[in-house]
Amino acid sequence: MSPEDRRVWRFISAAGLGMALGVPLSMALGVSYDYTLTNVALGGTLLGILCGMVGTFAVLRRQSLIGDTLSHAALPGVVIAFLLFGREPSALLLGAAMTGGLGVLLVNWLVSTTRLKQDAAMGIVLTAFFAIGVALLSYIQGRAGASQAGLERFIFGQAAAMVERDVLMLGAACAVVGTALLAFWKELKLLSFDPDFARANGLPTARLSALLSALKVTVIVLGLQLAGVILMVGLLIAPAVAARQWTRRLEQMIVLAMLFGAFSGGSGAVLSALEGGLPTGPLMIAVAFSLVMLALALAPERGVLWQLWRRQLRREV
Amino acid sequence: MTNASYALEINDLTVAYNHKPVLWDVDLCVPSGVLMAIIGPNGAGKSTLIKAALGLIPRAAGDVRFFGLPLRQARSRIGYVPQRSSVDWDFPITALDAVMMGLYGKLGWLRRPNGRARQAALEALEQVGMAPFAERQIGQLSGGQQQRVFLARALVQDADLYFMDEPFAAVDAVTERAIVSLLHRLRDRGKTVIVVHHDLQTVTQYFNWVTLLNVEVIASGATQNVFTEENIRRTYGGRIGALPAASGTSQGKSAYVA
Repeated sequence: MSPEDRRVWRFISAAGLGMALGVPLSMALGVSYDYTLTNVALGGTLLGILCGMVGTFAVLRRQSLIGDTLSHAALPGVVIAFLLFGREPSALLLGAAMTGGLGVLLVNWLVSTTRLKQDAAMGIVLTAFFAIGVALLSYIQGRAGASQAGLERFIFGQAAAMVERDVLMLGAACAVVGTALLAFWKELKLLSFDPDFARANGLPTARLSALLSALKVTVIVLGLQLAGVILMVGLLIAPAVAARQWTRRLEQMIVLAMLFGAFSGGSGAVLSALEGGLPTGPLMIAVAFSLVMLALALAPERGVLWQLWRRQLRREV
Repeated sequence: MTNASYALEINDLTVAYNHKPVLWDVDLCVPSGVLMAIIGPNGAGKSTLIKAALGLIPRAAGDVRFFGLPLRQARSRIGYVPQRSSVDWDFPITALDAVMMGLYGKLGWLRRPNGRARQAALEALEQVGMAPFAERQIGQLSGGQQQRVFLARALVQDADLYFMDEPFAAVDAVTERAIVSLLHRLRDRGKTVIVVHHDLQTVTQYFNWVTLLNVEVIASGATQNVFTEENIRRTYGGRIGALPAASGTSQGKSAYVA
């Protein structure tokens, strides 16, 4: 391990410790972690870890915005599933996954068969699916009994809805996603860096890409009710973007992204639960965004301040 | 009628983008042990030829064999150096990490590169004069150094047939010399190397075999036989100012780079 690697690992440990101190600090400030708040905090943290893992690959493969299409396109699925099956949570998740996946397939189909470029195709599909979702949502809002369904929480996210069952599901997802990434680590690393070379070496690149997409769909769908369809993608990519600034190794980047994600998700969820009315998604994104700004400003080598300082040094010489 | 003494044998290869042929009915036989340049104007399909042979892009028709075998069975004997511009050099890995990727195909699933893989990667970096930069992030390297990392990654593949896509594009003199000496060492070890090349001036100096390509194969064979003014003119059409005199007697200073 080179001295620079060791420095970064030390930084990661220190950052982890500092962020973990947030829990005793908030307790000292009078926050009491009762049963509900513990669920909320754990759920947000686990979701952030998931986002860090999957977001690292999404950012490096330049597929950040596909996640945005996916999450927006999931809204009609949620509403349709509610209309058909009622409040059954697994039905809602399945509905989200289905229209979300359909949206992404539609984008791919548009790009491959028409002359539309990917950004335009995403813009159209994302807004169309979201519009259908919102229209359906206002339609069922008017029906008796549906107003208590709380489907609006899928738009901006609602931490208060977190129950033990959700936390367990997020924990299981962490184990599954983490195991998949560990098992195929070197293949996914090569696929992300140089897909042509990977294919020339006989790696099944299409199947590996599909695996990454499946993991991404899982994470986004599980995160929807906590972070909301509009801002979900922010929690997916911001921790990875911040992490990228501090390191030059993929192994360190993903650990740091998980840490940043955990902090953003956990603190965002807790803040929202404390302030009853505040939606969770925006708070999580606000925390993640501050981490990105800090990283862009302060990171060694890549940070803005670092570069200004170096330019100053050069001028003095 | 396949022949195992050919390192690469292509029959009737056609590739099209949006119904427009990029490669048309290409037949090509490359004997084992040659250093071959593929030359031709921009858009002639030079990179496409390599990518289609390696199965990276779909082919409309044609058959490709390596040492008489289909790609699937010959994969472990083939090394590949993609164009440098085809990847994101800001990717968070070190030069050593990048070189070790050349071993992933042989390692197999669920296996991690061990100390021996690391040693092999370091030796490959040493061979291209990059050992001191092993722990650098690849984005901190110059263009020529990045190219040498790609070459080292192909070296650890320990292949019998190498495809290199424009390794000489925009590199410094040190790198150019490193690549040339590497090519000669590979040939001395009986390897076959196929290089997409841009600089007509150096063809006779670096390569003993050449294929002139412009959608179709214009000519292919030993450099002294087929690298003639006539063939070059047929390949480049009227799009080249000064043509080198036939068979490497060119001493002029004018650039023949198309």
